[in-house]
Amino acid sequence: MTLHPILAALRRHKAGVVLIALQIALTLAIVCNAIFIIGNRVQRIQRPTGMDEKNLFMVTQLWVGAPTGDDKASIDKLDAMQRTDVQTLRGLPDVESAIAINSLPLTNSTWSGGIDLKPAQPHPTAHAANYFGDEQMIHTLGLRLVAGRNFTAGDVHHMGMRGQDVPPLVIVTRALADTLFPGGNAVGKSIYMDHKTPSTIVGVVARLQVPSVDRWASGFTWNSVLIPTRLDGNFSRYAVRARPGRMDAAMKEARAALFAANPMRVIGDDADSNGVRSFADIREHAYRADLGMAILMGVICLILLAVTAAGIVGLTSFWVGQRHKQIGVRRALGARKIDILRYFQTENLLIAGGGAVLGVVLALGLNLLLMRHFAMARLPVAYVLAGVAAVLALGQGAVFVPARRASNVPPVVATRSV
Amino acid sequence: MQTQGPTMFSYYLNLALRSLRRTPILTALMVLAIALGIGASMTTLTVLHVLSGDPLPGRSSSLYYPQIDPRDDTGYVPGKSQPMDQVSWIDGMNLLQAKRADDQALMTGGSVAIQPAQAGLDPFYQTARYTTAGFFPMFGVPFRYGRAWGAAEDAASARVVVISSKLNDKLYGGGDSTGRMLRLEGQALRIVGVLGDWRPNPHFYDLDVRNYGDSEGVYLPLSTSQDLHLAHLGGSDCWGNGGGGVTPSHTAPCVWLQFWVQLDTPARAAAYRAFLIHYSQEQESLGRFMRPPNVRLRNLMQWLDHKQVVPGDVQLQTWLALGFLLVCLVNTVGLMLAKFMRRAAELGVRRALGASKSALFAQLLVESGVLGLAGGVGGLLLACLGLWLVRRQPADYASLAHLDGSMLATTFLLAVGASLLAGVLPAWSACQIAPGLQLKTL
Repeated sequence: MTLHPILAALRRHKAGVVLIALQIALTLAIVCNAIFIIGNRVQRIQRPTGMDEKNLFMVTQLWVGAPTGDDKASIDKLDAMQRTDVQTLRGLPDVESAIAINSLPLTNSTWSGGIDLKPAQPHPTAHAANYFGDEQMIHTLGLRLVAGRNFTAGDVHHMGMRGQDVPPLVIVTRALADTLFPGGNAVGKSIYMDHKTPSTIVGVVARLQVPSVDRWASGFTWNSVLIPTRLDGNFSRYAVRARPGRMDAAMKEARAALFAANPMRVIGDDADSNGVRSFADIREHAYRADLGMAILMGVICLILLAVTAAGIVGLTSFWVGQRHKQIGVRRALGARKIDILRYFQTENLLIAGGGAVLGVVLALGLNLLLMRHFAMARLPVAYVLAGVAAVLALGQGAVFVPARRASNVPPVVATRSV
Repeated sequence: MQTQGPTMFSYYLNLALRSLRRTPILTALMVLAIALGIGASMTTLTVLHVLSGDPLPGRSSSLYYPQIDPRDDTGYVPGKSQPMDQVSWIDGMNLLQAKRADDQALMTGGSVAIQPAQAGLDPFYQTARYTTAGFFPMFGVPFRYGRAWGAAEDAASARVVVISSKLNDKLYGGGDSTGRMLRLEGQALRIVGVLGDWRPNPHFYDLDVRNYGDSEGVYLPLSTSQDLHLAHLGGSDCWGNGGGGVTPSHTAPCVWLQFWVQLDTPARAAAYRAFLIHYSQEQESLGRFMRPPNVRLRNLMQWLDHKQVVPGDVQLQTWLALGFLLVCLVNTVGLMLAKFMRRAAELGVRRALGASKSALFAQLLVESGVLGLAGGVGGLLLACLGLWLVRRQPADYASLAHLDGSMLATTFLLAVGASLLAGVLPAWSACQIAPGLQLKTL
């Protein structure tokens, strides 16, 4: 079959052809970028924090009428209260281990700062978030130590929430170690967190995400520093690892036991407050906006494809009706049903192909705009090619019904005067 | 030229309805396409409209947020470094006591444990605002019972508190609770006022706590909060040897307070900016500031714009929905083209009987207008459904997503306007038909 008659026919329907091609192009541009966004969000939601999250939960509590934390004596008192709580939690039958910690990944409460390699360095070498806890931090969170050593009980200090002590020893994540010391071997090296006091890296853990998932923290997502210091304030957070399969029981026990040990405290119990939360719940909460966005994009894509398919069906149906008589003539002159079917399918392939070419250009242009205004990554070619294949397939699928009807026009139509 | 009066219009309307009824599937398809496009766009535009709204209409233009730069010269890039987003205790107090603005307030966020006197209620957390007295008159905060505290209470660190109507409902069943004692953090504070319905959105005066949603439950003098060592909640940013921490001390090189001023005229604003520069120079000469004066004085809406409070995802969704509307419209143009061309014979007869081209054009546009109206009604229903879905989302702005009068009008204008626009090309090409040719094929 030659393309000539198809092109000649299309020239008589310029407006319709341009409209279908334009619609396909716009659909392709939007769907490619939307699916790329969905892919990015899904990847973000699924990235592991580096902790063993399965049996982990967090308790946040506030003491009522606690010591002020202004002087040494009251800080010591707060520290004693915190240690009592940790001992209480560690003593529970369904709890494997527990620590006091200032924050956890995905909870957004971030204490971060610049890290220098020399004293009085004008611009920091890296930015990182701090986790304050004791020697059981690595064990409770389920982190993997890949170099150096863990903290020992002797390394652990304590200070008030407003304290400014710089830790002599720290453990860093591999991502941070690689940024600071690209040559490797970070263990034993010194870093500066306050421009003047050195801290020695004693160990490196494989991975630990920072608390914030917001955009401002996206530049240092994997840069965390573990600090062997208990922070003492009028509130505290505890990370608790339950024994396998005993999560629910451990969460109930923890609340009851803390109240039994000291009733002068508040542990939130409604959905808004962060009283006792499983890490699965924290994860869901942190990424709910991303999940919502991915679902919305998916729904819009589906409707968009449906609308475009409906448009193709509508316009092709019109053309079939308009050419009813010509089709009859072709059939009477010996064209088979399959020839008529092929005619409309080839016609659609040409239009959709033209639309797809324009669509690729639009898709890349839209991606450039999104990169500029919404910090998006570059659209991989695979997405564009998959999009092209999808709209071509969609066109062929949509044109099939009217084309079948066209192929069923009997040759006798040619002999009827209309 | 024939008369285009109301009779012709109702005749066209009649023709349009008849024509649409003849091809119910095609009509339904067009109405559905318009409705989907309008529904999606209106849902996202409404969310964007609500989120980028003015939290204090009528007042926002005279409220300003002064920014200064008290940091050391580490990391300073002349001309590029932005001043800090909050103020330290010392600077906040200095600016407050200078009283150079028409009104001013120094404030920060907090979290307190409330211990209800009622036996049935357990202690619970409540978000709090620690502020000087200027907060209430400057932001026009309405009171249901009682009044705000004044400068005298600020100076005396008085044990007084103002509570939100929501907390008043929870604790006192909505009755007049002024004069009662509220126990928080083991201290008893006298309730002097109960707020009326007040929840400015965005939560402009402290964007570090949250951008949208409910306002605080408890308001008490900043001085009292410091006396009682109440916990600070919100952003704090330290430099130099400031270390860090959740509640910085008064002398620490940390910013953790918000300072708002009211400046009634542009001249007053210009004078205040000069004062900020002068203050920075003075502090530099005292050795406290180490950078050259670096100040900003943005008004409320400029500040919200600068902080980009509208979530990027919401903007992205709006663009997506508008793109979707565009595809739906292109689709409608195509379908209308097909529909109008199919009626070439009918139009040819009308032309032959003496109808002018413009009369045919008007008739076809009426038909697309009817489609647009139907699509608008459908779109409105879909937008209501969409907003209901948004309200069920857990985002903190979710509860604000409601359609208001102006957005309702926009929906119909957009729907009818878009479908008329979509009808222009098909109607024009249908009018170009030579009447003789069409009559011959009949």
